[in-house]
Amino acid sequence: MLRVDVSKQLGEFSVEVSFASEGRVTGLFGASGAGKTSLINMIAGLLRPDRGIIAVDGEALDDTAGGLHVPAHRRRIGYVFQDARLFPHLDVRQNLDYGRRMNRLAEDPALQARVTDLLDIGGLLDRRPGRLSGGERQRVALGRALLAQPRLLLLDEPLGSLDEERKVEILPYLERLRDEASVPMVYVSHDAGEMRRLATQVVMLRRGRVIAFGGPEVLPSTAANPAG
Amino acid sequence: MFDISPTEWTAIQLSLRVAAVATLVATPLAVALAWLLARREFWGKSLLDALVHLPLVLPPVVTGYLLLLTFGRRGLVGAFLADHFGIVLAFRWTGAALACGIMAFPLLVRPIRLSIEAVDHRLEQAAGTLGAPPWRVFLTITLPLAMPGVLAGMVLGFAKAIGEFGATITFVSNIPGETQTISSAIYSLIQTPDGDRAALRLVVVSIVIALAALVGSEWFARRASKRLHGN
Repeated sequence: MLRVDVSKQLGEFSVEVSFASEGRVTGLFGASGAGKTSLINMIAGLLRPDRGIIAVDGEALDDTAGGLHVPAHRRRIGYVFQDARLFPHLDVRQNLDYGRRMNRLAEDPALQARVTDLLDIGGLLDRRPGRLSGGERQRVALGRALLAQPRLLLLDEPLGSLDEERKVEILPYLERLRDEASVPMVYVSHDAGEMRRLATQVVMLRRGRVIAFGGPEVLPSTAANPAG
Repeated sequence: MFDISPTEWTAIQLSLRVAAVATLVATPLAVALAWLLARREFWGKSLLDALVHLPLVLPPVVTGYLLLLTFGRRGLVGAFLADHFGIVLAFRWTGAALACGIMAFPLLVRPIRLSIEAVDHRLEQAAGTLGAPPWRVFLTITLPLAMPGVLAGMVLGFAKAIGEFGATITFVSNIPGETQTISSAIYSLIQTPDGDRAALRLVVVSIVIALAALVGSEWFARRASKRLHGN
């Protein structure tokens, strides 16, 4: 369960958002500039709210009233960025293993095998990120985040930098992830079609405010443009 | 022409040792400082930056004299080191290494700072979300990605340390076998009648060392960037 009740001033723009979601996949939906990335960065601990509370499974990670701010590296919250951000000096195997090493977790070959199978990246292990296609990079980034064994997985427009063909290639992996992995996710997108396929609950944002919250039925019909 | 005399050998070996020690001791400090200047905001940052660059613009003889005042036997730090640890720097080769290290320091810091600034901060954030505390982010992401700059800085610093003259001779003088480096040996030789040939030999040696350092750094940099970009 994810509870967010925060406000943050960013120059002229302000984010003031409050919601609590039980969903397996919470979708943050809105046009660019709606505050989706600022919000997800606050959940990750990369951005500190001016005021408010962020809690995962009842454990507060930010509580400005109590002066609490758990730094990103102690949150156990995975993050898949739009631009993958694989470490260029490490090969795929080392990228995948990074989170386990940093969290001092024991090696778990079964989990590793499950994740590499789920994402079909077994054949890429010895390659460097520079030698991967956009879709492969995004799958490795997913695997890397999962293998750090997070309690919550944030995905910030993971398909945003891919062309239509690649999107179609990745979407089934995300669905499998939702159905097979037991990690709750927060999925950011401005694409209503993607949201409809993946999200179990939707937070609709516009100019830093929540304008609708509920099941996928709150999404505009596919023909319409995303909320602006 | 190429009969290098024992005195000349001593000067060559001493130069290499002084420059190597100066570079190896200065590098971790330079990396730490470069990181501070590249990644942190704090009060007095521009003053610190100016201070680091001071040896580059001060007359070397001034730096040498300041070292003598500070680290000489009666200097504030020098007396303390000598009384409590038995460490004497003035007129010793270790003092030459200190002088060379300080003169080379800005040349080390600059390329390292630039290469740390060039490391994509978003990769460091990604490492943080994977559970890496800041010091491990630095060791596993920032430093490896900045390695070409660190190597470039080390080569530049080493070359500067090999060639340092003014501050060294002021602080530790020009004692054959103890503080006489290639530069001060050349200086002595050209002041001596019949010293020309020996001076020329040392000139050739310093050119060879400088060329080797440049070629070596080029090779390292190419290898490092190949390793980083993974092609």
